[in-house]
Order: sequence, then structure tokens, then C-alpha cells
Amino acid sequence: MPFSDEALTRLRADAADIIGRYPRARSALLPLLHLVQSEEGYVSEDGMKFCAELLGCTQTEVAGVASFYTMYKDSPAGEYQVGVCTNTLCAIMGGDQIYAALTEHLGVDPHGDEHHAFVSADGKVGLERVECNAACDYAPVIMVNWEFFDNMTPDSARELVDDLRAGRKVTPPRGPGRLCTWKEASRILAGFGDGQAADGPSAGPASLVGLELAKANGWTAPAAGAK
Amino acid sequence: MTGTAPLTPVLTAHWDEPDSFTLAGYERTGGYQGLRKALAMSPDDVIATVKASVLRGRGGAGFPTGVKWSFIPQGDGKPHYLTVNADESEPGTCKDVPLMMATPHTLLEGAIITCYAIRAGHAFIYVRGEALQAVRRLQLAVAQAYEAGYLGKNILGSGFDLDVVVHAGAGAYICGEETALLTSLEGYRGLPRNRPPFPAVEGLYACPTVINNVESISSVPSIMTGGADWFAGMGTDKSKGYGIFSLSGHVSKPGQYEAPLGITLRELLDLAGGVRGGRRLKFWTPGGSSTPLLTDAHLDVPLDFESIGAAGSMLGTRALQIFDETTCVLRAALRWTEFYQHESCGKCTPCREGSYWLVRTLDRLEHGKGTEADLETVLDVGDNIIGRAFCALGDAVPVPISSAIKYFRDEIVQHQKEGGCPFDPAASTAWAGRK
Ligand SMILES: Cc1cc2nc3c(=O)[nH]c(=O)nc-3n(C[C@H](O)[C@H](O)[C@H](O)COP(=O)(O)O)c2cc1C
Ligand code: SF4
Ligand code: FES
Repeated sequence: MPFSDEALTRLRADAADIIGRYPRARSALLPLLHLVQSEEGYVSEDGMKFCAELLGCTQTEVAGVASFYTMYKDSPAGEYQVGVCTNTLCAIMGGDQIYAALTEHLGVDPHGDEHHAFVSADGKVGLERVECNAACDYAPVIMVNWEFFDNMTPDSARELVDDLRAGRKVTPPRGPGRLCTWKEASRILAGFGDGQAADGPSAGPASLVGLELAKANGWTAPAAGAK
Repeated sequence: MTGTAPLTPVLTAHWDEPDSFTLAGYERTGGYQGLRKALAMSPDDVIATVKASVLRGRGGAGFPTGVKWSFIPQGDGKPHYLTVNADESEPGTCKDVPLMMATPHTLLEGAIITCYAIRAGHAFIYVRGEALQAVRRLQLAVAQAYEAGYLGKNILGSGFDLDVVVHAGAGAYICGEETALLTSLEGYRGLPRNRPPFPAVEGLYACPTVINNVESISSVPSIMTGGADWFAGMGTDKSKGYGIFSLSGHVSKPGQYEAPLGITLRELLDLAGGVRGGRRLKFWTPGGSSTPLLTDAHLDVPLDFESIGAAGSMLGTRALQIFDETTCVLRAALRWTEFYQHESCGKCTPCREGSYWLVRTLDRLEHGKGTEADLETVLDVGDNIIGRAFCALGDAVPVPISSAIKYFRDEIVQHQKEGGCPFDPAASTAWAGRK
């Protein structure tokens, strides 16, 4: 759907802000794609046209870039996009079983294109497999709109998805108190914070095991100046 | 190793404080003192100090950081750039994201010092987009640093100007490769570039550019305050200082353990409560999936660049993925190969086609339909990728399976004899044996 005049005015102002961050305008393309995704939930033809016009390149060029990156969707993503890590470590720790449980729970063809997002009919929940998301010490891991959900099981995964579908409050253990929607998350990635940076813990439990052990034993790095 | 404690929290020392990610929290624990010290020195002296510390890149390859900085031509009249590689996507690697969540100012302070040293006026933090809270925390830290005069014009009255941009990636492992990262940051598909010219000469916008890993840059403030000798006093002869070791998988207490380089996996496992349930260690990666697997025969190899290299692998990112005896090594290798196939950028044939055929062949083997001849095909395909691929991703494609065959050939053949995988995947899960 073409952008409304109101949306265009708003998006142009945001885009100018984004382009202004870079020594060369073209560098703004990735954040601009996040921006148009924040408007429509995916990168549409209109979204690509918008980027192309601003950067003085062709829509085909923009499409070439957008299709290279897995975070840009070519059709509307779920309001809550659930990504199950099925890279080796998470898979072996139970990610494969979790993915299987969720495909069954949501009625997704488990043999469909593994990396392509499934979205429920009401648009609430999308499901996809994701690669290692830098949280292996919390395996198996699920991402929802790029917040971490740690140490999952098939049961906790089903519960999570049910809560998302029912609109119940869901709190990422290492994220802010309020879980963003997919569109809101895309806007943060475009560089516009949602004021929730200071919410949530500094670090999760697994991040702290070494530090806690060191503290309990009085182990520290040598004092500066000592050799 | 010198007589230091087994664990030496420096980067991780304040992660347990509830406001460690704020400017106030960071300053309370000595934050930005390294910057003050650096600004009182000449840029060349800062480079000399980092050189003398023998800090080696923490992003995988271990190239000396100070040496890299000294390659930036001076007085060339071109703008210089710093790009922080915060793309952390190597399977197993999980240290940079928690660092950016807990202490983004450490990274920022390191970046400012680096830019001062290499005379850069613009820095980019290329952070993977799939870690939203890390992105938020970086954005907050940058905003606070501008407000406090650590960024912007005339930083702390030094006359040095710097702008920092947090740039969120969009999901592509290849964009962690330094030249692909630059292409991506310029707004294109993330395809690697030829080297030479190296980024230090022609990097971002064909201008001199330093690319360093998050942990490398974050180590710089402590080198400024502690001194090069202090840093070099930890670690081993040629692998100096501390580093974050990430333990994951079948270990009782997975997580982040910061220790001098040269600690062994046996020591780390002792600290982490051992392999879960008292089971036997089967195989592990010393530094992510691109580093050849090792086994329980390598428990006492010092985790430093030289020793792990001599043992036939690479230290990489110290991403220690631990797999116990319940794990099928072929299943693991197949999944990593699928990852490489999925992430191959497609630019060159050996990697694009080789990864495709490897996945097909391994899949057949895993499902018991392969033959012993397939093993030779697998090794042959691997040999034909390595050295012929355009970038290091291609070189990594055959690594999991060729190292798996090296140590577990019989087990792989067993799949064919049994007509399928002899392992029960349920036994490997995190919840196996619970309930
Ligand atoms: C496929 C591929 C992915 C990589 N991913 C990362 C990454 O996510 N983070 C990183 O710091 N280095 C990564 N590297 C290594 C970088 O190319 C580069 O060596 C590193 O950022 C240099 O920083 P350092 O000298 O501080 O280690 C990757 C390399 C390859 C080949
Ligand atoms: S080796 Fe693979 S990832 Fe690297 S350039 Fe070639 S196709 Fe792309
Ligand atoms: S393998 Fe799942 S987060 Fe690393």
C-alpha cells in the first residue's frame, strides 16, 4: 500500500536524520530499510521505492540489498516474530525439539522453507529458524522480535507463543519490561530508541558465573602497576 | 603463566552492578580515566603503548592490535575511520553481546582512544541487529557520552573531535568478515573484497580504516590505566593479557569466564562444575565452529594462539562449545555445514557450490544412506574449497566435518551400518534426565 501523505512526511524527516549520520548517503540504506520495515512490518515495493528515491539509486538496487539480509522480510512479519535458534549448539541442547513442538503447535509445515517466516493467520505470531544468536551459554534460545528468551523447553516455548497470541504480558529475561512489537523493534534498529535502554538487568545469570566465582574466591586481576 | 589468579575479571568486573551500563555507573568504577590518560599523550605514544601490551585481536585471527593501528598512513590528507566489529555471529561466540549490554561505555571509551590514536574523526559500531537490548544500550551510551563531552567537538578540551554512529546490521554472518562489513556499511550487499589493498590503506569509502573486534577495543581502556606491562604480565609468552572464555553446551555452569590466555579447558571445566551429570567430554570447539574440533585428548592444551595452533586447531574467539558423549558428531558437523551453506554470500564458486554438495553428502551419511566412498568425496570437496575460496568463510566450510572425520571416522561409518543415526537426540537436550 502506498504511504499516506502523513506517513511520507514523517518518514522523510526520519530518513533525513538517518542520512545525516553518514559521510556518504548510501551508507544509510540498511537503517532506511529498517525504517520502512518499521512502518509496514516488511520491506514492500513502496518501501524500496522510498529508499531508492532518497538515495538516488534504482529500486532494483535496493531490492538486491534487501534480499541479501535475513532480517528484512518480503512479506508482513508477525507482530511477534519468534525465531528458534537451530544452529548446532542450541539444536543439540533441544532447539530442534522446540522448533518441532512450535511447528506442530502452530500448524506450520515443518518441511517448509526452513528460514522463511511462517505467520499465523491473525498476523500475531511469526515463526522462523534463526542461526546462532550469540547466546549459546543460555541454550536453547528463542528470540522474539530480537529479545532473548533463554533456557527454553518445548513446554515453555508453547506457553510463550500462547501468551503472545493471547496478548498476555511477556517479559524477556534480559530485556526491558515491555516487549516491543516487530515494527517497534525495527524502528530501534533504524536508530530511534524507545526509551527502554535502561530497563532490565545489566547481565543475565550465565554472563555472571565467572565473575561470581572470582568474587567468592577473592580472585582478581593483578593490581595495576604490579607486574 | 605468571602467578595470577585463575580468573581475572577486568572487562566483566562490573557486570553484576545494576547500573553498569550507565555513564554514572561506569564513571563510578573508574570509567573514562583511560581516555583522560590517552588524551594527555601523543597519538603515536598511545599506539606504542598498545603495541607494547601485545594485545592481539579478540575477533578470531589474533593480529596484534597496535601493529594494525600503525599501518594507518599519517598526514595523507584523507579521513580515517574506525569500524568496530560488533557483528558477533560466529557459532559459539557469545561474549561481545553481553559486554555491550552490561558495559557499552567500556567499548565506547576504547573506541574514542583508538580514534584519537589513529586520528579518526568518525567511528561506526557495526552491531548485529538481532540483539535489540545491546543496540539500545549502545544508543544510550553514545547519547550520554555526547552529553558529557566524551564525544563531539573538542573532547574534554583536547581539541580532538569525534562522532560515533551505532549502525545495526540486518542478519548476515558474512558481514562479520571485515571487508564484507565495509561493503555492507557502505550500503551494499555484504560481499567481501580483495585484499590487498588492506582496509588500513583503502577501507571504508577507500579511506584508511581500522577494524577491530568489540573485545579488542574494550581492552584498550584497561591498558591505558593499567599500563602495557600490567597487561602483558598476564597470559603466556606470545598470547598476552586476559580474555573472555565462553563455555556453552554440556557443561554444568555455562557462561562467561574471564581469565588470562593460556588457561586450559580442564581448568575451565573444573571452574564450571565439569561436564554435566558427570558425563564424558566428547568434542569441543576452541573458538567457534570455524575452528577444528578437539577432543578429551586436548584438555590440557593451553588456550593460547600458539598452543591451540600446534594442537591442530585455532584459538579463534574462545567460544568453547562443549559436547558430551550423548552427541552425534555427524549431526553437529552437518548442522554447521548447513549454516555455512546458508551464509555463503555466493560470490565465489568453491564456497557456494562446495557447501551445497557437502550438505547433500553429509545429510545422506547422517541418514545412514551414505557409503564409505562418500567420506572420501567429503574430504575431497573440502580440499577443493580450502585455499580456493575468496574469503575465510569458504575456508571454514569443511572445517567441522574434516575434523570430525579425523577423530570419529568409525562413528560416522557406523551410521551406514545401522541405517541411521545411532544416537538419541533426546539424550543430548538440556532437559534430559531432569523432571
Ligand atoms: C565469515 C567471517 C565472520 C567473521 N565474523 C566476525 C565477527 O562477528 N566479529 C569479529 O570481531 N570478527 C569477525 N571476523 C573476523 C574479522 O574479519 C576481523 O578479523 C576482525 O574483526 C578483526 O578484529 P580484531 O583484530 O580486533 O580481532 C569474521 C571473519 C570471517 C571470515
Ligand atoms: S568464500 Fe564464500 S562467503 Fe567468501 S566470498 Fe566466496 S562465496 Fe562469499
Ligand atoms: S547456537 Fe543458539 S545462540 Fe549460539
